[in-house]
Amino acid sequence: MATSIYRPELAQLTDVQQMTATEKLFHIDLPNGGDLGHDPGQFVMLSVLGVGEAPISITSSPSRSNGNFELCVRQVGDVTGALHAMQPGDKVGIRGPFGNGFPIDRMRGKDVLFAPGGLGLAPLRSLINQVLDERDEFERVIILYGAKRRSELLFRDELNEWVERDDVECLLTVDCEDEGEEWQPEQQLECNIGVITTLFPQIDIDAKNTIAITCGPPIMYRFVLMEMLDKGIPESNIYLSLERRMKCGVGKCGHCQINSLYCCQEGPVFNYADIKGFEEAL
Amino acid sequence: MTLKILDKEAVAPLVEALMVDYRVVGPQAKGPKFAFDPITDPARLRLDYDTTILPPKKVFQPQRERLATFTMGEDPEVETVIEVEPTVLLGMHTCDLHALNLLDKAFAEDYPDAHYLSRREQTLIVSLECLEPCDDESFCRSMETLTVEEGFDLHLTDLGDAYAVEIGTAAGEELLADYGDARDASEAERSQKNELRASKVKHFADRLNFGSGELPPLLGDAFDHSYWEELEERCFACGSCTNVCPTCYCFNVVDEVNLALTEGERIRHWDSCQLAEFARVAGGENFREDRGARQRHRFMRKGKYLYEKFDALGCVGCGRCIRTCPASISILKGFNTIHASLR
Repeated sequence: MATSIYRPELAQLTDVQQMTATEKLFHIDLPNGGDLGHDPGQFVMLSVLGVGEAPISITSSPSRSNGNFELCVRQVGDVTGALHAMQPGDKVGIRGPFGNGFPIDRMRGKDVLFAPGGLGLAPLRSLINQVLDERDEFERVIILYGAKRRSELLFRDELNEWVERDDVECLLTVDCEDEGEEWQPEQQLECNIGVITTLFPQIDIDAKNTIAITCGPPIMYRFVLMEMLDKGIPESNIYLSLERRMKCGVGKCGHCQINSLYCCQEGPVFNYADIKGFEEAL
Repeated sequence: MTLKILDKEAVAPLVEALMVDYRVVGPQAKGPKFAFDPITDPARLRLDYDTTILPPKKVFQPQRERLATFTMGEDPEVETVIEVEPTVLLGMHTCDLHALNLLDKAFAEDYPDAHYLSRREQTLIVSLECLEPCDDESFCRSMETLTVEEGFDLHLTDLGDAYAVEIGTAAGEELLADYGDARDASEAERSQKNELRASKVKHFADRLNFGSGELPPLLGDAFDHSYWEELEERCFACGSCTNVCPTCYCFNVVDEVNLALTEGERIRHWDSCQLAEFARVAGGENFREDRGARQRHRFMRKGKYLYEKFDALGCVGCGRCIRTCPASISILKGFNTIHASLR
């Protein structure tokens, strides 16, 4: 029988960690020790058999694969809701990886600025950790991360590590403090209060030598782009990772189209100069 | 090209013979209209049909099909399902054949779709030349789909008492030899066919007020056109236009499970970019929320996007979307309106 591009491979959840009230981190093993072979910025189509399939960005770095990969998933719809109810040992369907990924080769020898918002850290973390694992290949590494509340900050251990590292400039901000929440000192990451754009005035950058990458909720892009352009970063040095509904991942079902572009194939990572004429992008 | 002659009296016996070994699909009366359906009675085949409610794309991309079956529970299994049976498709008009040639590219390029391609490989196409326009909504002449050079196995032209049969492929030639009672065309019959083909164009109105080759650049300038606001007011977002379109192939994929929750099927069904939830993500953001923007997307796909991707326009001028729209939205009038205002 012909091989179907829609046939998922069955993979096993090896570990599930609650990250915040709405996000969990899933560690996934492909069958027979298979390697996903992904690039940072790519995604998989994840199936919960009987519920359906959804596109999920890969949050682990290829440089740390250890034979498995990680998905950081917010419980927000049918598939992610069912996934959140699953336990280590349970099996999910995986197709992919799909999409183009971030332009890591273009970033080598340059300053890199990451500006994820909220769950936008999930795909960027794959790239950030790859960059940190090849730290000598890059000049300055700047991370500006914003979340709504302190309780919604993802990957707190890694944030802490990035803040502590001398060779990483990592600034965090939350829109507002959680009400009535007591934080242990070790969890008390130093945070600015305000939206992510309030971090930009706190850094000086060599704009022409900087590659900037952002991913976050739809509302965030315009404001972050304004800050980046204000800093003088050339349009062609700015990359965005975009979210769309997807039903195939292979450029056929039509759901992810942004004007003429298929987000699943020509994206999800887009160069701002290339995409700014595409009115449906943001 | 070899030209054969099949007397009209020989059509029913041919269909009868084909039915033994193939599912034979052809145009048949359905109420006051016509539909491509599997033939159970050769007498019901209507090669004199005008147009059909749905295009024959459903033979290759069914409204609903299984992609896989699966079991659920601790150790689930997935089995690919390819729904295919040897088929002969009779009486496809040239506009629909142009559309099928585009679908072939969409499903074959980059990631080949075995479900579609298996059906395509196992379907023989006997197409039919239109000598008169089907009705006043079609504009095939303007979209340059009045004739077709490729995509068929056999191609018929009505000579009155008989059909001239052009051989498109070796498989078509074999089919005709094995199942049909055809003879070689005489020189007079060959001339008659050529004459009919040459003179038919004048029967078809050129209804687009400009060359169809201008469509991609025209629409490139029309993204912010006020016409989309007019469609925002008029469109009911019912999705009929995309259902009846021979080049619309967007789909949704859903899982359906049994009541015991032990097994299920992964189903692919037609979807429509005109429906409100088409571009909505789980978090609630809808990337094409307005009906005007969704209609614009349809126009853009037909006149620009598909052309850029596959080098063929996504509109073949069949007129089905115009006939079916409850709000009387006409893609032809739309193209002409935009052209009149911008050029």
